[in-house]
Amino acid sequence: MIPGEFTYHRPASVAEAIALLVDHGDEARPLAGGHSLIPMMKLRMAAPEHLIDLSGVADLKGVSQEGDVITIGAMTTQAEVIGSALLTDKLPILRETALLIADPQIRYVGTLGGNVANGDPGNDMPALMQCLSASYVLAGPDGTREVSSRDFYEAAYFTALAPEEILTAVKIPVPAPGHGYAYEKLKRKVGDYATAAAAVMLTMSGGTVSSCAIALTNVGDTPLFAEEAASILDGSTLDRETVKKAVAAAEAITMPASDGRGPAEYRTKMAGVMLERALKRAAERAQG
Amino acid sequence: MNDMTPTREQREAALEGMGCKRKRVEDIRFTQGKGKYVDDIKLPGMLHGDFVRSPYAHAKVTKIDATEALKLPGVIAVLTAEDLKGVNLAWMPTLAGDVQMVLADGKVLYQNQEVAFVVAEDRYIADDAVQLVEVEYEELPVLVDPFKSLDPDAPVLRPDLDGKMEGAHGPRKHHNHIFNWSVGEEEATDKAFAEADVTVKEMISYHRTHPSPLETCQCLASMDKVTGQLTVYGTFQAPHVVRTVASLLSTIPEHKIHVIAPDVGGGFGNKVGVYPGYVCAIVASIVTGLPVKWVEDRMENLSTTSFARDYHMTTEIAAKKDGTVTALKVHVLGDHGGFDACADPSKWPAGFFNIVTGSYDFPVAHLSVDGVYTNKAPGGVAYRCSFRVTEAAYCIERGMDVLAQKLGMDPADLRLKNFIQPEQFPYNSALGWEYDSGDYPTAMHKAMDAIDYRGLREEQKAKQEAFKRGETREIMGIGVSFFTEIVGAGPSKNCDILGVAMFDSAEIRIHPTGSVISRMGTKSQGQGHETTWAQIIATEIGIPASDITVEEGDTDTAPYGLGTYGSRSTPVAGAAIALAARKIRNKAQMIAAHMLEVSEYDLDWDVDGFQVKGNPERRKSMKEIAWAAYHAPPAGIEPGLEAVSYYDPPNMTYPFGAYFCVMDIDVDTGVAKTRRFYALDDCGTRINPMIIEGQVHGGLTEAFAIAMGQEISYDAMGNVQGASFMDFFLPTAVETPHWETDFTVTPSPHHPIGAKGVGESPNVGGVPAFSNAVNDAFGFLGATHIQMPHDAWRLWKVAKDLGAHG
Ligand SMILES: Cc1cc2nc3c(=O)[nH]c(=O)nc-3n(C[C@H](O)[C@H](O)[C@H](O)COP(=O)(O)OP(=O)(O)OC[C@H]3O[C@@H](n4cnc5c(N)ncnc54)[C@H](O)[C@@H]3O)c2cc1C
Repeated sequence: MIPGEFTYHRPASVAEAIALLVDHGDEARPLAGGHSLIPMMKLRMAAPEHLIDLSGVADLKGVSQEGDVITIGAMTTQAEVIGSALLTDKLPILRETALLIADPQIRYVGTLGGNVANGDPGNDMPALMQCLSASYVLAGPDGTREVSSRDFYEAAYFTALAPEEILTAVKIPVPAPGHGYAYEKLKRKVGDYATAAAAVMLTMSGGTVSSCAIALTNVGDTPLFAEEAASILDGSTLDRETVKKAVAAAEAITMPASDGRGPAEYRTKMAGVMLERALKRAAERAQG
Repeated sequence: MNDMTPTREQREAALEGMGCKRKRVEDIRFTQGKGKYVDDIKLPGMLHGDFVRSPYAHAKVTKIDATEALKLPGVIAVLTAEDLKGVNLAWMPTLAGDVQMVLADGKVLYQNQEVAFVVAEDRYIADDAVQLVEVEYEELPVLVDPFKSLDPDAPVLRPDLDGKMEGAHGPRKHHNHIFNWSVGEEEATDKAFAEADVTVKEMISYHRTHPSPLETCQCLASMDKVTGQLTVYGTFQAPHVVRTVASLLSTIPEHKIHVIAPDVGGGFGNKVGVYPGYVCAIVASIVTGLPVKWVEDRMENLSTTSFARDYHMTTEIAAKKDGTVTALKVHVLGDHGGFDACADPSKWPAGFFNIVTGSYDFPVAHLSVDGVYTNKAPGGVAYRCSFRVTEAAYCIERGMDVLAQKLGMDPADLRLKNFIQPEQFPYNSALGWEYDSGDYPTAMHKAMDAIDYRGLREEQKAKQEAFKRGETREIMGIGVSFFTEIVGAGPSKNCDILGVAMFDSAEIRIHPTGSVISRMGTKSQGQGHETTWAQIIATEIGIPASDITVEEGDTDTAPYGLGTYGSRSTPVAGAAIALAARKIRNKAQMIAAHMLEVSEYDLDWDVDGFQVKGNPERRKSMKEIAWAAYHAPPAGIEPGLEAVSYYDPPNMTYPFGAYFCVMDIDVDTGVAKTRRFYALDDCGTRINPMIIEGQVHGGLTEAFAIAMGQEISYDAMGNVQGASFMDFFLPTAVETPHWETDFTVTPSPHHPIGAKGVGESPNVGGVPAFSNAVNDAFGFLGATHIQMPHDAWRLWKVAKDLGAHG
């Protein structure tokens, strides 16, 4: 439970951080809150020789809205997400989800950027980002690019992020006022990753669903954007039969691992139960 | 008397003696982070040890090459079994009469077994060097399932025992067999079964789990080559026993060994045993002449140093139609892992499991326990319980529920019908114990009234109907548990550890100004001895608890004792304290008589001093007497005021309690919510009600964890699963239910202050209450017995298998 030897760097700007990544190549890793990376280093499942601590880069912090897009700096902590008045007002599902991550101590240090860049299917933010149609701003030696969260995750711990790139911000389109939302997470205890979780965003008009997005956490080796399940619900009144069909479609795309949280069969079913409950709560919250 | 003279009540209150909710004095340092634990101790030149461990559960070790590790700057030595053989320490005796490898001697028997010990200048280097030690293994077939241990073709785990068909506890019948222990009357039991109206039989497993003290096991050994003195700081629950064992193993004379247990961050049985880390640190210090520290990490702790339980109990009860029990028959298969390292009194291979008749008047019973080897970590510690009492309580409390279900009887009524009655005490149980005291019906009725038991049953019935109509997806369970513990090991006639009788001790010295230092052979790991021991002394000799220092854990200063575990401290050391205090009071009485110029027999004890019979104005306080003892001792009386007492208890004590758990289970997720948990404890005289409440809260939280998910399991290859706090269920304040506590008081008739011990009752009684609640919830859907742990996925599976998912 002691990490191997490494050199610690603390750049003051994104450019400096990228330069360090370019210099040290595969041996270097950005360090954000360290609450995913350091445990892996202690288990020696990760052994970076250079840690590039991003906490000295002021540009990576903060929450702002420009037009229809909210931008959250990568180094914004989960606690800051929870405390942001803007996010609570415009994106209440973000707060609801962040409150289900780990415990307060971890949320004070763990960052949104680290959570989405990590690539662990157990992280809660990636599925939520897919549900919200968020995109990630990636800065590298050749400038910046934007990648949709729905295209970012390739396999467990494999993402579209190149080794010399840094994720600088997350961009989220502001959802329609009066939308319904819910993040339902089943876990064994505080501080545990999800056995299964479901994120739902809904708009309703005249009692029928006018738009719907669904994504699932920790029931595959990436977050799962449940496109088909959502499209089944589109235009429905969320009647029992249709919901059942959507749940079945969502369960069908899961491929969970069997672990201490339960066998794969259970986790698949729990993805379905979480989705059903999230739909119910989102519908109750939706106006129109 | 003028107005300023304190009243009797005021004097009594000032003592903060027995019965007072005195705040824990040790918390002042603990809550400020000022406790002093082993890892806080740093000696000049100190080295650090770390283990190379086996990735395999069963393998030959064909080669250990430390060349690369030794090249790393800062690495001092790499010890292997070959090195330990030089000092005859490659193997060590266990408390259970077996022998255990200190470092892998030719083979490994469980995953994470200690293979080599790296000694380096700091912990970082030691850990780096561990990665550089090259070990070659040749895998052997793995034996995980204890039920396959005794198969004819089961792999031979212990070639060292080849041909040895006599073990420490009698004959062995197979190469993986450790012992058979049988108690009771088999024939009479069989006869009762043959004649019974009703019989039930169920294989009730109590899964393998592990205690989780906040502080893991650790030690710091320092050999002074000039004086020949070995000092060992360690997280020990029984420091004197460690000294004796260390002396026997190392042949260093016992007076040259100084064992110190500083603040200990929880034990729960985990810190009773002697582990390879201790032996290796001591040997490394002897070899290098420098202090060597070994500190276990959490994964090492969970996967190696002493599991608990792993008992598979085939339980049969015979009864009449009206529910009167007529016989009990239990066979236990005990999975002991690779070595039998159970921490039980030496003559008790299955601890006090023969308390399994519980709180009920069984005319006859028979118990047979077989211990077997498997490729799992050794241990079998009493995890917050008195030597297999938790397993026994679970066995009988689950068994009674199984019987109630078969009879169609209410489980509380079945218990009431079969209780040992108050007038039957002292009661001789069918399996050989003499229960000292108890009043079970009073406790049970008080508990049932407190939770409105009958009302809850009505509510449950209504909910079951609603569930059947499809109106709810929640089912409700009411768990009943009425346990009897057996603690206070123990009388020398039946309890010893490696030959040392299980007495305990206290030494009390009064200073001239009337303050006190006292030392005991026990060792608090969170129980609050510094607070409660002072309270006993305060009441007995009338000196305020705040003027009394309590010290434990230093073998050079404390009188010899057998330590703290098995709820033995209050029953044994607590008695020694009271008796030592009474010796002091007797001497004080002689001094007071002299001072007051009356006969000793003309004096009455009054709260904090002696007064002349019929003339209470003439009195001498204990403070005045103390001063006189040093300042002007009466002629013919030795100066000074101190006493030592060693107490060999005449019997065990038998705390008991009635626990009720009300639970709601969501059949779609398997998530169980404890709505209410009510715990009534009878631990005899209550020394500090607040500490009792704290102990009960802690023990119930462990019981909740164990019943609802805490588990050490292995896959088919013998890989230990979930040995970290991510998976090993340690509930936080969020998951932990709200506890309602209550009590009755039935003092122990043979204990000087009537106290019985309480620390472990909640774990012992709590587990069956939770498990019975789960079983009770599913009973109406057709379940008879559901194995623990009851975590969400397993309960979901139960619901599914019972057809609850449609
Ligand atoms: C006990 C415990 C329980 C937890 N439970 C949950 C939970 O329930 N749900 C959940 O979602 N999370 C959970 N976490 C993880 C926690 O939220 C982490 O904080 C988060 O996953 C990572 O954020 P971080 O800032 O700590 O990143 P770090 O650990 O510092 O980094 C994680 C990874 O992302 C990379 N990285 C970080 N920032 C950037 C960046 N800006 N650009 C490029 N790469 C970057 C790092 O190199 C590393 O590979 C838990 C953690 C612990 C210790």
